Amino acid sequence: MTVLVFTLIVLVGAFLAGFLGSLTGLGGGVIIIPLLTLGLGVDIHYAIGASIISVIATSTGSAAAYVKEGLTNMRIGMFLEIATTVGAILGAVIAVYLNAAYVAVIFGCILIFSSLMTLRKKVDHTNIDYSSKGAKFFKLNGSYPNQGVETPYAVKNVGGGFFMMLFAGTLSGLLGIGSGALKVIAMDNIMRLPFKVSTTTSNFMMGVTAAASAVVYLHRGQIDPGIAMPVCIGVLLGATVGAKVLVKAKTDKLKMVFAVVVTILAIQMIYKGLTGGF
Amino acid sequence: MEQAKNITDKDIQSLVGNLLRVGVYISMGIVVIGGIIYLFDHSAETIDYKVFDFNKVSLKTVAGIFSEVLTFKGVAIVQFGLLMLIFTPIARVLMAVVSFFIEKDYLYVAIGLLVLAIIMASLSGGFAH
Repeated sequence: MTVLVFTLIVLVGAFLAGFLGSLTGLGGGVIIIPLLTLGLGVDIHYAIGASIISVIATSTGSAAAYVKEGLTNMRIGMFLEIATTVGAILGAVIAVYLNAAYVAVIFGCILIFSSLMTLRKKVDHTNIDYSSKGAKFFKLNGSYPNQGVETPYAVKNVGGGFFMMLFAGTLSGLLGIGSGALKVIAMDNIMRLPFKVSTTTSNFMMGVTAAASAVVYLHRGQIDPGIAMPVCIGVLLGATVGAKVLVKAKTDKLKMVFAVVVTILAIQMIYKGLTGGF
Repeated sequence: MEQAKNITDKDIQSLVGNLLRVGVYISMGIVVIGGIIYLFDHSAETIDYKVFDFNKVSLKTVAGIFSEVLTFKGVAIVQFGLLMLIFTPIARVLMAVVSFFIEKDYLYVAIGLLVLAIIMASLSGGFAH
């Protein structure tokens, strides 16, 4: 394949990955990796390196808007970044020693889990129980604009959330994805934050988390400009268009269809990993 | 000084939001320029990414990328843009540290510095081998 053909194919694929990733809430990273590895036969190490770069580009772009709207809780974000960055570096280092086949299998499992998470009915856990000592000490309780009204919320189980973030960071570093699904579990279900705050704060942390592992990948030679360039341009453009469409579109049906497609991809990755295809 | 004293969380939010946006625009701009030069020079060559080779990518240190970018080779410019993209969220942490310092929230100055220290340890390349 020539450089030009490869670049164009990856650019189009990455655009679709970014577009669908933002419409379904799955993120572009988890889609671009199977596309590169299963579709184009790219080694998974290069795919992960390119994907982590696209995670930085998309999450940083959207974080900019959320932060300005006052939805992001910057203190929660910075506090949990301690866990996600340590985890990210840990994950990236583990990836160096782990056989590519194992990485592919773990990736497939996380992909299935993430797509199931997008189908889950969202239950808002917002509460005003200010009893958590950890939340008080780290000044994590806050308020956010909810339909024009500044609404206060309290944070629970800081330790549990921190631990879950360590795990989310490790998977992010290991697989080159944003692992938004896990971050949202930590903040929605464990720390009991309102949706808008948890999703935007998760997005806010993703850039720093990905940067921490991207640095390890860079030194490892896994960030190849020939792949990373079309991937990050394509995913960022796709995600930007997706975010614009998202405001108008009904995504429930799309999410169902997409969950099925993603699960098929995931099974293929697991199968290929187990049968020595990587 | 009067202004500095009145810095609030809202100001920090606005500042951080702007930094993130500008950082992404500039670094992606550099990547696009580098990409065009790269395609111009190499579009007809064949490539193969089927096997990962540690030595295939020559630009993999911060110092290396900074010294190569002035050769104006496509790959060097792309890699420089990607590095700027990686630096954007890191710069955001640094900026938040400064803002929290002005706000006299020393606990969060310490937390921010800790996050920076973790990333710097990684940036030194010590974890890659």
